[in-house]
Amino acid sequence: MAYDKFNILTSAAVPLPIENVDTDQLIPARFLKATERVGFGDNLFRDWRYNADNTPKKDFVLNNPLYGGKILVGGKNFGSGSSREHAAWAVYDYGFRCVVSSFFADIFRNNCLNVGVLPVQVSPEFSDKIFEAIHANPKTELEVNLTEQTITLLSTGEKETFDISSYKKDNMKNGFDDLDYLLSIKSEIQEFASQLPI
Amino acid sequence: MSKTLFDKVWDTHVVRKIEGGPDVLFIDRHLIHEVTSPVAFLGLKTRGIKVLFPERTFATADHNTPTINQHLPVADPLSANQLKALETNANEYGISYWGLGHQKNGIVHVVGPEYGITQPGATIVCGDSHTSTHGAFGAIAFGIGTSEVEMVLSSQCIMQPKPKKMRININGKLGFGVTPKDVALYIISKLTTSGATGYFVEYAGDVFENMTMEGRMTVCNLSIEMGARGGMIAPDETTINYVKGREFSPKGEAWEKALAYYRTLKTDADAVFDKELTFKAADIEPMITYGTNPGMGMGISNAIPDASHVEGGVATYEKSLNYMGFAEGDSMLGKKVDYVFVGSCTNGRIEDFRLFTSFVKGKHKADNVTAWLVPGSHIVEKQIKDEGLLDILTEAGFELRQPGCSACLAMNDDKVPAGKYAVSTSNRNFEGRQGPGARTMLASPLVAAAAAITGKVTDPRTLIEELV
Ligand code: SF4
Repeated sequence: MAYDKFNILTSAAVPLPIENVDTDQLIPARFLKATERVGFGDNLFRDWRYNADNTPKKDFVLNNPLYGGKILVGGKNFGSGSSREHAAWAVYDYGFRCVVSSFFADIFRNNCLNVGVLPVQVSPEFSDKIFEAIHANPKTELEVNLTEQTITLLSTGEKETFDISSYKKDNMKNGFDDLDYLLSIKSEIQEFASQLPI
Repeated sequence: MSKTLFDKVWDTHVVRKIEGGPDVLFIDRHLIHEVTSPVAFLGLKTRGIKVLFPERTFATADHNTPTINQHLPVADPLSANQLKALETNANEYGISYWGLGHQKNGIVHVVGPEYGITQPGATIVCGDSHTSTHGAFGAIAFGIGTSEVEMVLSSQCIMQPKPKKMRININGKLGFGVTPKDVALYIISKLTTSGATGYFVEYAGDVFENMTMEGRMTVCNLSIEMGARGGMIAPDETTINYVKGREFSPKGEAWEKALAYYRTLKTDADAVFDKELTFKAADIEPMITYGTNPGMGMGISNAIPDASHVEGGVATYEKSLNYMGFAEGDSMLGKKVDYVFVGSCTNGRIEDFRLFTSFVKGKHKADNVTAWLVPGSHIVEKQIKDEGLLDILTEAGFELRQPGCSACLAMNDDKVPAGKYAVSTSNRNFEGRQGPGARTMLASPLVAAAAAITGKVTDPRTLIEELV
């Protein structure tokens, strides 16, 4: 599924300084019953966001009008748990284009890259600084520059570089996914299959 | 150059290496179920492409399925819709489909090995993180996202950077009442839920060599809970005896060729791992979890440790204990249990039911406990009946349900009510995993049996002289 091209994103950020945010929190299993990829944003963090009677929980950050933006800043080990890509769709669908954390769970990180959400891993110190800055001023902006592979806290100018493979970077910049690539080498794959030991 | 088991299988399947990018990895066997496949098929339709190797994909319905009255139409319209979508898609694209009521139906990671779809040295993926189960056969098996399901359907490949390699060695003799589940929960409690992130694990040592295939599957199943991409165990005679003659296993000449390949599947003596850990079998006790991630586990007779022993800091620790209604320093022994769930791809195989039954034989279920015994497949269900276990279970006040994922993720009606306590043999104790507000304690089938009989958390070793 194609997604919007990513280059430079300048935005305020939503802070979620909780560690081990798992995929069951990102999107509880009961919302995985769709057969189409629509409406997942409504159920992002469903059980943290809404009471059982569907009224918003006032103390959850997504319900706090002070915070907004296309960047979600999470705690360490973000996205642990299941391989459900719905978690990444929910993040994208809600309107986030970038998730920042000092550590990502593996599959979630991969899924993000495949659906157009850029996972930016920063040092624990920089993560603390970002949380502090947002705490001091909820409108604080971050700039994420994919070409330069940098993330900058605009209020102070402090920046860090982040890792991404050159292949994934090109894909993100062009809005391509892996499938576009695989389809282009189909005959090579068919030939390969014929010589396998099992 | 010396290679690890993982290197050998991985390198055999690399179609192409991309500079500054991932490897293009060929996938031998692909398992699909109703939850993570519909959107992938929708993608194929939108792009107008076919399934490249339909004979390499197998579909079973499990996540959403009811575990009673499977002959009746599925009541929840959303679940029914997903199940229908799987059937329609499988038929349209020529994929083997084992839907509800089909004799081969069951949990995807239970039926894969039972029918010989799982093979040593194969690459196996499924849109479910516990695909790591199949690593028990010396396969590279891991969970993928729905975009990747679409890639495998349309190209039989995915793109993955090669993970780092870790070996976990455990030697010695396991103590009385200590099961493969305890070994896995012990490792996770030591490593934490992110301790193996970025790694693919090989389990080595006589503890694993002496395990049955069922036990090895339980261990590999839980690899994902320490953050690993997957886990694997080198195939040996136990593996080959299990695989031989199963429906989708190679036959005749192909079997001889496969056998020659299987025999190459071990880590070379001087191969190097990025990380190597060693534990002692004698240190492992029957385990139970007290918190809301699988790393928050401890020996059943210990006290709940303080926050410094737990990943995630004080806030996470407190939130977790608060959710569970437990306090630091509490003993888990004697805690009230409302539900007992035996099943899932972690502990829903015949050996698990044998163990459970051997404990409850001649005893009676506690009145305050609701027990859900859910076989992983129809084969397991049949074995339970054929081996006479069902009679013993019935006598002890238990009922057997029909196969499916059930309360492991509570997508069907098997939900633990808010605030209630469940001892579960499944794999995740996350907040709400077994139903909104449900409180889960993960443990082995043996600890589950002791809880079902006494109605509280009980060390099974105190109630038995000797296990059958
Ligand atoms: S039993 Fe649980 S972990 Fe296993 S496949 Fe089903 S939902 Fe996934």
